[in-house]
Amino acid sequence: MTDLADRQKLSYIAAQAADARLNVELETEGMTLNIGPQHPATHGTLRIIVRLDGEQVIWAEPSAGYMHRGYEKLTEVRTFPQVTALVNRIDWLGSFANEVPFILAAEKLMEIEAPPRAQWIRTILFELSRIANVSLFLGDLGVQLGAITPVFMAFRDREYVLNLIESATGGRFHPNFDRIGGLKDDLPEGWITETKQVMKKLRNFCDEIEALLFGNEIFQSRLRGIGVIPAEVAKQYGLSGANLRASGVDWDLRRDQQLPLAYDKIDFKVWTHPDGDCFARCWIRLQETREATKIVDQLLDGIPSGPVMAKVPRIIKVPEGEAWVSTENPLGEMGYYVVSKGDLGPFRVKIRSASFNNISIVPWVLRGVYVPDVISILASLYFILGDIDR
Amino acid sequence: MSALLAVDLPYWAQSLLRVLGGTVAVLLPAGTIVYLFLFKMMSFMQSRLGPMEAGPYGSMQLFAEVGKWLQKEDIAPARADLKVFRAAPLVVLMSTFLLVAVVPFGPDAYFTDFDAGVFYLLAVSSISTLGILMAGWSSANKYSLLGGLRAAGQLIAYELPMVLAVLGVVIQAGSMNLQTIVIKQNSDSIFGWDGLGYPYILTQFVAFLVFMISVQAELTQTPFDMPIAESELVSGYMTEYSGFRFLIFFIAEFATAGVFAFIASVLFLGGWGVPFAWFGWDAMDVGSIDNWMNVAGPLVMFTKMMVLTAIIMWVRFSYPRFREDQLQRFAWKVLIPVSLVNIMLTAIFKVAF
Amino acid sequence: MAQLSEETLALPGDALRESVVTALRDALGEGLIDSLIKPNDDIWVRVAAASWQHAGRVLRDVVGCDYFCFLSAIDWMPSPFGRSEDDPSQPPVERDMTIKQGYTGGSTRLQVFARVASIDKHFGVTIKADVPDDAPAIDTWITNYAGANWHERECHEMFGIGFNGHPDLRNMYLPTDFEGHPLRKDFPLLARLVKPWPGIVDVEPLPGGDDEEGAE
Repeated sequence: MTDLADRQKLSYIAAQAADARLNVELETEGMTLNIGPQHPATHGTLRIIVRLDGEQVIWAEPSAGYMHRGYEKLTEVRTFPQVTALVNRIDWLGSFANEVPFILAAEKLMEIEAPPRAQWIRTILFELSRIANVSLFLGDLGVQLGAITPVFMAFRDREYVLNLIESATGGRFHPNFDRIGGLKDDLPEGWITETKQVMKKLRNFCDEIEALLFGNEIFQSRLRGIGVIPAEVAKQYGLSGANLRASGVDWDLRRDQQLPLAYDKIDFKVWTHPDGDCFARCWIRLQETREATKIVDQLLDGIPSGPVMAKVPRIIKVPEGEAWVSTENPLGEMGYYVVSKGDLGPFRVKIRSASFNNISIVPWVLRGVYVPDVISILASLYFILGDIDR
Repeated sequence: MSALLAVDLPYWAQSLLRVLGGTVAVLLPAGTIVYLFLFKMMSFMQSRLGPMEAGPYGSMQLFAEVGKWLQKEDIAPARADLKVFRAAPLVVLMSTFLLVAVVPFGPDAYFTDFDAGVFYLLAVSSISTLGILMAGWSSANKYSLLGGLRAAGQLIAYELPMVLAVLGVVIQAGSMNLQTIVIKQNSDSIFGWDGLGYPYILTQFVAFLVFMISVQAELTQTPFDMPIAESELVSGYMTEYSGFRFLIFFIAEFATAGVFAFIASVLFLGGWGVPFAWFGWDAMDVGSIDNWMNVAGPLVMFTKMMVLTAIIMWVRFSYPRFREDQLQRFAWKVLIPVSLVNIMLTAIFKVAF
Repeated sequence: MAQLSEETLALPGDALRESVVTALRDALGEGLIDSLIKPNDDIWVRVAAASWQHAGRVLRDVVGCDYFCFLSAIDWMPSPFGRSEDDPSQPPVERDMTIKQGYTGGSTRLQVFARVASIDKHFGVTIKADVPDDAPAIDTWITNYAGANWHERECHEMFGIGFNGHPDLRNMYLPTDFEGHPLRKDFPLLARLVKPWPGIVDVEPLPGGDDEEGAE
């Protein structure tokens, strides 16, 4: 942009203006309203253009890309450990969860498996990142609907989890702890007892939120029956995670596929809800948080001893091949399709992020709802901008 | 006022005192409410401390905030209708001052003894609706427009339950004069026992609830804050205001909360009075009420106002917000029938007993 | 519950994967060019570009893959910039530019690939198709899965592949007038053009005086 010709500058500005109107030719009916990109309701810079007839939406279109960082291009110039560090930042609230499918795909290509202790600790940290992510969702849900108090409780209790992650990995938000073949380090002393106490606190938090928010009549009347997504539509759009299970589809990647994580050694319940409305999605996330605390408790009881790192060469060259691994991340199904050519780094990485699919349904689901319901639906679909835009 | 100071003041001096008193009566509650409830009570409820730096325990925070707002640039959107844009906050604040003019603070500490006080009250409280509409339209901002229109619908809808709730009190007191209502509450007796006076909250409990809910809606506080709806409309009709004009909106919000709490305590809790039986005053002879009541009265009013405002603010911090149509449904289908039934029953019991 | 016994854990066996290939071959005939089943792992199929849309419908209706995971593309040309670590003061490095496709082969530089899954039977299929080099376009999958809309938009913007029948092929992330298709290998990583990669010079040796660094 430094020395473009004036003509080019003008055409660039014109293109921006065209983007602003999104090539809407005839605006005869209704008022076009921009929700975002700077807006208190969107979790980041998401722009949703709605056309309103009074307070009802007749047409809605999200316009993503304000946070596009070009991950898939960046991975092509990085080595595998560097990609791990990069990939933390896709879903930044539950960052450890982003690393896991990538590492698993690389391990699949190398045909090695992490030692059992590493697998268990990976699973524990995975569930902790799920708790960190979804507890913020529970607090933020109140804010979107007008209840400004629960979010402070959410942040307070989330701090405990972040402190745990920090004491284990060294980073609150971006642990960068997973390595091909295992983990970077073992757990510190006393971490297990501390985690058990924190899990108790989080169960209390879930009970608090259930009483304060979910039991509230206004909350229920704002969310019940709003934004119903039938199961067939959900599957076609590729919704995943709590969004899919809220439409009654019994699909949980932790239970329904075999990955070298410790899920097959413990008991847990997969929550579904038949309604498919906003309340179902929010309710399922609450139950899943509680379930995650119970999973962590079981995992802590059974961690096997041993090394945390398999024998891998110091400079890792992943053999040629393609691998796809997806896991049940806090936001939904996140997967990596890794194409390797035997180099130090990947040849192509396709990052399948959950929020991209979750938000692609927004034009379909927002037709005919009121403006406050737009906020409720967006809140219940729960996306992170880094996940949409990569 | 001259009776309070036991001196004979010329009219202009009395007017000056009234103006000063009115300003204090509006701004002091606003300031206290903002500090105690907005800064401190909300913070403790949210397990944080709130402002602690400015002054001991953050008590000077409000002055700091006022100073901050005063020194901000006064921006108006380019396409805004400037005359209306600038006038809107003043209209909203003006209605608060007009409201406080009929509230009695003591046997002789009142601004005006108005026989149609309740009627005037209810009429004037709708002026703020005008101000909000003006702000919404003139801001040249779709969010403000949405907020202003929502506000218009909501405030008009909730005027009716307020009127009907107050009517119950008026029927019981037999007068629309607020001073008379206070005196009646403090001098009457419940089944012959006059230890507590006869605050109308006892018989008009339903009306009290309806009134408090309507007040919550009139102040556009959560759960009725659709016009502001921070997560959707980024402050609704107040979005485009900055600096001093936003400060006026801010003060008007809490000052009106205080003034409505004053009114509620006058109508339902016995106003400035403590039961006359405690001191053996005679209701018929206003002069028999000791003069120190003119000083204690405002303090009693202040306390009652703080209690009611605490409830208003507490509900504000706890509940999510209604959607606009649910809000309207609540007003028209629930509150109005309930208050109509209340009036009917009050009238029947008034005649029967 | 997570602990399922062997018979009820509906983990797809290779028989199921074979049946997918059979179903596709029955429906597409010549359209199914190649397939690869990794035992107890995963299944890849490659179809002709003309059968791309039909294959999607077969997968959805006949095989029962009702869950749309993603759709994207791969550019099989090696990057002429290597790992974008070239020193701009040195003459350009000669690199091997032979295009070699991955699993199930291929004959063009660009390939679209998609993944769909069956929720009931717990398996997924990765399906690929060649995109002709001269006029890169292929049929849209919107008729099969509504969710392909956004994925095809992103693919079009990043690779320049047209999707016949897509109603609204706008850019997903980039401004409307953006020139070029970033995820193609001949589109350089602009950050490395603006500021060349500092290289090995910056890396400090590990404590303990170890051997050579590698590409850290």
